[in-house]
Amino acid sequence: MSLVSIKDVRKSYGANEVLKGVSLDIKRGDVTAIIGRSGSGKSTLLRCINGLETFQSGSIAVDGMAVGDGKTDLRTLRRHVGMVFQQFNLFPHLTAGENIMLAPTVVAKEQKGEARAMAESLLEKVGLEGKFDAYPGQLSGGQQQRVAIARSLAMRPTVLLCDEITSALDPELVNEVLRVVEQLASEGMTLILVTHEMRFARDVGTKLVFMHHGLVHEEGDPKALFANPGTPELAQFVGGIH
Amino acid sequence: MLEFTFSVILENLLLATRWTILLSLIAFVLGGVVGLIVLFARVSHSRALRTLTIGYIELFQGTPLLMQLFLFFFGVALLGVEVSPWVAASLALTFWTSAFLAEIWRGCVEAIPKGQWEASESLAMTYTEQMRHVILPQALRIAVAPTVGFSVQVIKGTALASVIGFVELTKAGTMLNNATFRPFLVYTLVALIYFALCFPLSWYSKRLEGRLNVAR
Repeated sequence: MSLVSIKDVRKSYGANEVLKGVSLDIKRGDVTAIIGRSGSGKSTLLRCINGLETFQSGSIAVDGMAVGDGKTDLRTLRRHVGMVFQQFNLFPHLTAGENIMLAPTVVAKEQKGEARAMAESLLEKVGLEGKFDAYPGQLSGGQQQRVAIARSLAMRPTVLLCDEITSALDPELVNEVLRVVEQLASEGMTLILVTHEMRFARDVGTKLVFMHHGLVHEEGDPKALFANPGTPELAQFVGGIH
Repeated sequence: MLEFTFSVILENLLLATRWTILLSLIAFVLGGVVGLIVLFARVSHSRALRTLTIGYIELFQGTPLLMQLFLFFFGVALLGVEVSPWVAASLALTFWTSAFLAEIWRGCVEAIPKGQWEASESLAMTYTEQMRHVILPQALRIAVAPTVGFSVQVIKGTALASVIGFVELTKAGTMLNNATFRPFLVYTLVALIYFALCFPLSWYSKRLEGRLNVAR
């Protein structure tokens, strides 16, 4: 049974159809890397999964909860689906620790003490012990992104969506963030990543999805696909990157 | 007979200044409360609520404050309810202030990057939780300077309440002028008192603006 099930999803912005019937099944524990040119619809697809974008037809279900059918409360869904953004989007008026504690205390109504303990252990997990009281403005991009990952983990999501989370980082900061993601993958977290890090997609991913013109053009085992692209489009895309 | 010496004139003007200050405070505090409600309606997800508040804001921003004072003072009387100048002036200034503050604050709310909404939404927060914990705390920071700046407009706006018989600084000046026939002296003093009230506020507003910009 798949954890995330996407069936024939279509989405248009006016006359511009960005998703032209996307279907995708993601199992629990999968590390899915979605790659493709900009404008191929990969970020839009990711944002449809937690309801940040609406779609016109088709269906998306996460752990049996349907997205965007008006029956499932989006809030219930979002408690199970974490998201990390390209621009971090940390709350600048709160410290790193408070950023992580906010949703557990406000949304999940956890006790302050409990939430604090969890925030501290999550900061340690992402290698930022001692940064609890630092404001986002005092942290490097890589540190901010790791706080953002810890923030979404605080809600104990079943699946974590990562939207080009290393694209806004200086090259030397990319690896510290990827290491955290790799650790999550090894712990069995279900991850869906829109990424331009091809090596990471090949080495850490368990599933590769190549999107082209609003459709899933190819999908399969990352190592096999990178070694042996099934279509000229993927071959060209992979070749153009290396 | 009472002799209108300089000190008598000044003393009477300063006594009337109390009412200018009190009316300004009422307008500013109540206008702030109403303005916050209008702001919430203005940035809400409901189209009907937004349209309604746009109408409200346009109405109070698009007509002279003087007309609003007249309408509250004479208009409400037509309904058979006697309103004192105090009530009419407080109401008119409150609504007028709320329309401007709501619009100033809307700008501050909309200045918060979209990513802040998306991140808090993704954490399963409700609209109210997003506003309370993420958006307003940040908007407030940038709202302080323009809000303090606008309080100067409120103080000067209270001068118009003199036309409906509210004895504040301007009205007291007019009355003293009628008794002394020394318009230049009287109105110079009136102007100086207004300046003494307003200048510290504008100065403070400028300073806040500078400080908050540096911190960015």
